[in-house]
Amino acid sequence: MIRALSLATIIALWQAAALIADPRRLPGPLPVFETMLLEAQSGALLANLTITLARVLAAFALAMSFGAAIGYAMGRHRTLDRLLDPWLVVLLNLPALVVIVLAYIWAGLTEVAAIGAVALNKLPNAVVTLREGARALDPQLEEVAQAFRLSPLARFRHVVAPQLAPYVAAATRAGLSLVWKIVLIVELLGRPNGVGFEINMAFQLFDMRLLLAYALPFVALMLALETLLVQPFERSVSRWRVGA
Amino acid sequence: MKPFWCNPLNVPSPVGASALDLSIRRKDHKTPDGVTHHVLADLRLSLPGGAVGALVGPSGCGKTTLLRLVAGLDRDYDGDIRLPAHGRLGMVFQEPRLLPWRTVIDNLRIAAPDAHDKAIAALLEELGLAEHAAHFPRQLSLGLARRVALARALAVDPDLLLLDEPLVSLDAARARELREKIAALVETRRITTLLVTHDPREAIALADKIFLLSPRPAHVVATLTIDTPRSRLTPERAHELEKEALAMLAGNGTKI
Repeated sequence: MIRALSLATIIALWQAAALIADPRRLPGPLPVFETMLLEAQSGALLANLTITLARVLAAFALAMSFGAAIGYAMGRHRTLDRLLDPWLVVLLNLPALVVIVLAYIWAGLTEVAAIGAVALNKLPNAVVTLREGARALDPQLEEVAQAFRLSPLARFRHVVAPQLAPYVAAATRAGLSLVWKIVLIVELLGRPNGVGFEINMAFQLFDMRLLLAYALPFVALMLALETLLVQPFERSVSRWRVGA
Repeated sequence: MKPFWCNPLNVPSPVGASALDLSIRRKDHKTPDGVTHHVLADLRLSLPGGAVGALVGPSGCGKTTLLRLVAGLDRDYDGDIRLPAHGRLGMVFQEPRLLPWRTVIDNLRIAAPDAHDKAIAALLEELGLAEHAAHFPRQLSLGLARRVALARALAVDPDLLLLDEPLVSLDAARARELREKIAALVETRRITTLLVTHDPREAIALADKIFLLSPRPAHVVATLTIDTPRSRLTPERAHELEKEALAMLAGNGTKI
């Protein structure tokens, strides 16, 4: 309820500002909505949203699976941790733009380079979070698994995974919002389609209506992903904490 | 020293006879800051199949360490451990150590994936836990959580049951209640049991054989055999045994 009210206030402020401002610099909600409808009718909006979403999910899945595996291994083995930690520090401090440009130069303006560059930007973040999770594993429960001769699969499912789940959820939440922002830059710099490409076009043409007509649905889509998928996942993994 | 290929990994190995045989020549413990403690020295004991043995000794003498060796949680020692046939272990740690994200019944099922649902339900019933089957460990008191930990250890139908101070930090009434429960359970099931306790009375009430341990480095100072069946142990006889045990420990410079 309060959220809806807050959202309505934003739209009202936007409308008020649009009345004062030059319509070329800040179009009101209605004209933007009209452009959105036009783009939707031509099929361009859906096509661009889909391709961008696909890139987000591919880069995210890559970064999370590799990041989780590397992070877990680093959290469990000290030698590996010492070996890989300097790499991690370098990667963490490398600006996203540098990674993207290098990827495009070395691998060409290709889909592989684009998705790889985004995944590489997210990777260290996932590694650090999951390393933390692996370090925090309870040795007492590990001993229970050992004493009762649990199979490796049962040990992972019932002992390790539930302890890592909050860290996976945190990495997912932080990762998704990082990835979709970087995907737009990748598209802007070197892809012939997607929301980022359309925003670049709108920028070149100084078409604020088109720019917002692409930016807003995409933000809405990411918000929906977050509230409909990420948050329920977080709640389900911490269900056992409540009810004491 | 035995040739290395006999048991290179110090894996406790099951033997044919249903009994537990321990012979620890030496066990050292290294603290994180590099200090080495000599924990166990030439500690030997054996327990006939179906019997309950109690390890009694001052706190910090290495009782829990010994139990961890038997459980296979620590393989860094010099010696031999022979487990009862099949070597299936049920263990109750000092802390209940239940999986907090699984319900009571799931905690049992995970530890004993081969147990039938009926057997698990019967076990929960027997320990007065039936109404808590769907509860999470957080919702249980320490006494209840201990019982769940005991149920979990019994659910695997163990050849050897290891109990590490199962009554510690319970109030007197609850401790007595759980002690009687344990006595009844191991007696009817004839499970070979090794119990660790600092309390001679607890040992007398539960065990057939009591191994009195010295302070570090621990070895068996004396073995007390309780010949009277537990159910017919009179309070007078129990008191006598207790005095005997305390005297033996005191004679060895051990305070409890």
